[in-house]
Amino acid sequence: MTAIYMLWLRQLKRYFRSRSRIVASLGQPLLFLLALGFGFGPIFRRAGQGNYIQFLAPGVIGMTILFTAIFSGIELIWDRQFGFLKETLVAPVPRILIMIGRTLGGATVALLQGFIVVIICFVAGFRVHTFSAIPLALLFMALIALLFTALGTAIASVLQDFQGFQLVMNFLVMPIFFLSGALFPLAGLPVVLSVLATIDPLSYGVDGLRAVLSSQAHFGATVDLIVLGALSSIVLVIGARLFSRIQL
Amino acid sequence: MIEVEHLVKSFGDIHAVRDISFNVHKGEIFAFLGPNGAGKTTTIKMLTTLLRPSSGRISIDGLDPVHHQNEVRKRFGIVFQDPSTDDELTAWENMDLHGALYGVPRRVRTERIEKLLRLFELWDRRGHPLKQFSGGMKRRLEIARALLHTPRIIFLDEPTLGLDPQTRNQLWAQVRKLNEEEQVTVFLTTHYMEEAERVSQRIAIIDHGQIVAQGTPAELKAQTSAATLEEAFLALTGSTIRDEGADQFAQMRTMAKMWSRRR
Ligand SMILES: Nc1ncnc2c1ncn2[C@@H]1O[C@H](COP(=O)(O)OP(=O)(O)OP(=O)(O)O)[C@@H](O)[C@H]1O
Ligand SMILES: [Mg+2]
Repeated sequence: MTAIYMLWLRQLKRYFRSRSRIVASLGQPLLFLLALGFGFGPIFRRAGQGNYIQFLAPGVIGMTILFTAIFSGIELIWDRQFGFLKETLVAPVPRILIMIGRTLGGATVALLQGFIVVIICFVAGFRVHTFSAIPLALLFMALIALLFTALGTAIASVLQDFQGFQLVMNFLVMPIFFLSGALFPLAGLPVVLSVLATIDPLSYGVDGLRAVLSSQAHFGATVDLIVLGALSSIVLVIGARLFSRIQL
Repeated sequence: MIEVEHLVKSFGDIHAVRDISFNVHKGEIFAFLGPNGAGKTTTIKMLTTLLRPSSGRISIDGLDPVHHQNEVRKRFGIVFQDPSTDDELTAWENMDLHGALYGVPRRVRTERIEKLLRLFELWDRRGHPLKQFSGGMKRRLEIARALLHTPRIIFLDEPTLGLDPQTRNQLWAQVRKLNEEEQVTVFLTTHYMEEAERVSQRIAIIDHGQIVAQGTPAELKAQTSAATLEEAFLALTGSTIRDEGADQFAQMRTMAKMWSRRR
């Protein structure tokens, strides 16, 4: 337990100490909200889809959590490169606990980053229908954070160095974001896109957030919750296995 | 304390360690010497549960590191050849995290951290992140950290790398003191032959993954009719040029393998 707590705390300390990283990582969601939110707003309205900010905000929140979480997981490569990983791997602590501590820490960081974006969304004009939706929204945010931190950790457990990182960004993380319905409604898409969106885990996260925050859902909150919960568990188990196999 | 029989480690077609056997007795200071790329670090990684041996048997205090990982890990402290600290955290936080991972109770932890940081003259800088430390200060912190959980065995992989003579002397004095007063077993590597000769009771010399000689410093010198351990070492391991050549080939093979795996 102490091990999990200490590794979680380490992750948070690193986050709070790198203010420039916090600020830098907020640029992207801000840009999406401003450029897309206000840029596409008029068209979206004319197409009879209502307020675009209301639609986009859950997508941007999901995006922020996705990127921060994957990045937190992938930080494992840094620790391998700079050597700190060795220190944790020779400690008399089962690897699974080390993996859990790291993952919870990374997920917490992603969640915090998500909170900041929620606030930015409010400033940009986003409104929640009922405040009772907030606990459920938190649950969805936490699940997205957990799922993708675990995914990042799993990937970083097999990557030896930074060279694979670009590959992961361009062929996994970017598609996960763009195909998730974060930016456009999933209804009435061409078949290929529709299939891709259905197998994209983030689709369920964004849909869940949208369901509880903006009362617009494609799959429905219950389906979203089940899919996210199941996927998080599976990825955590796979991640833990891969992590426990690391040799240096 | 440490028993190794027919230990082998290969990375693909690179044979880093080829069939080595040796024993380190309880309370002994044992030096493991060899040219660059000889297989010292690879051996230490296998002894400390970071790498699985390709074949052979290891026993640390009667336990097999492959099967009783956590039991073995509790028994040793290690200073790695390369840095292994978190540079964003302070000296104190690095120590505290280590103590917590090794299950040292909080009160004992606080006391021992203070004692060790003072001993290695880092106490005044305890609140500074390690990224503000000099290379030597970081090294000292790693050594202090390895002693925090009062291990029965310490592995020191080139611990004096990058340290000034004062700190080197102080470090070896500490190691000997621990060894004499608490019978801590020490397994060390170094490229400074006079250090090895001064502190170690027994030495094994490894070259190209094989042990070429074992014994007390006096025995090794007698065996090669050398005046110093450095001469004995050179007599046993040959010219540097040959070794560097071999190492370059090994590196090229590693590179080639990395490329072919990527494609
Ligand atoms: N992960 C690895 N993959 C492939 N080859 C490796 C790996 N680790 C070590 N080697 C190779 O194994 C050999 C022994 O390396 P090792 O690090 O054990 O040497 P060493 O005796 O510690 O040398 P040095 O004094 O330079 O630290 C080298 O040829 C090295 O290139
Ligand atoms: Mg080495």
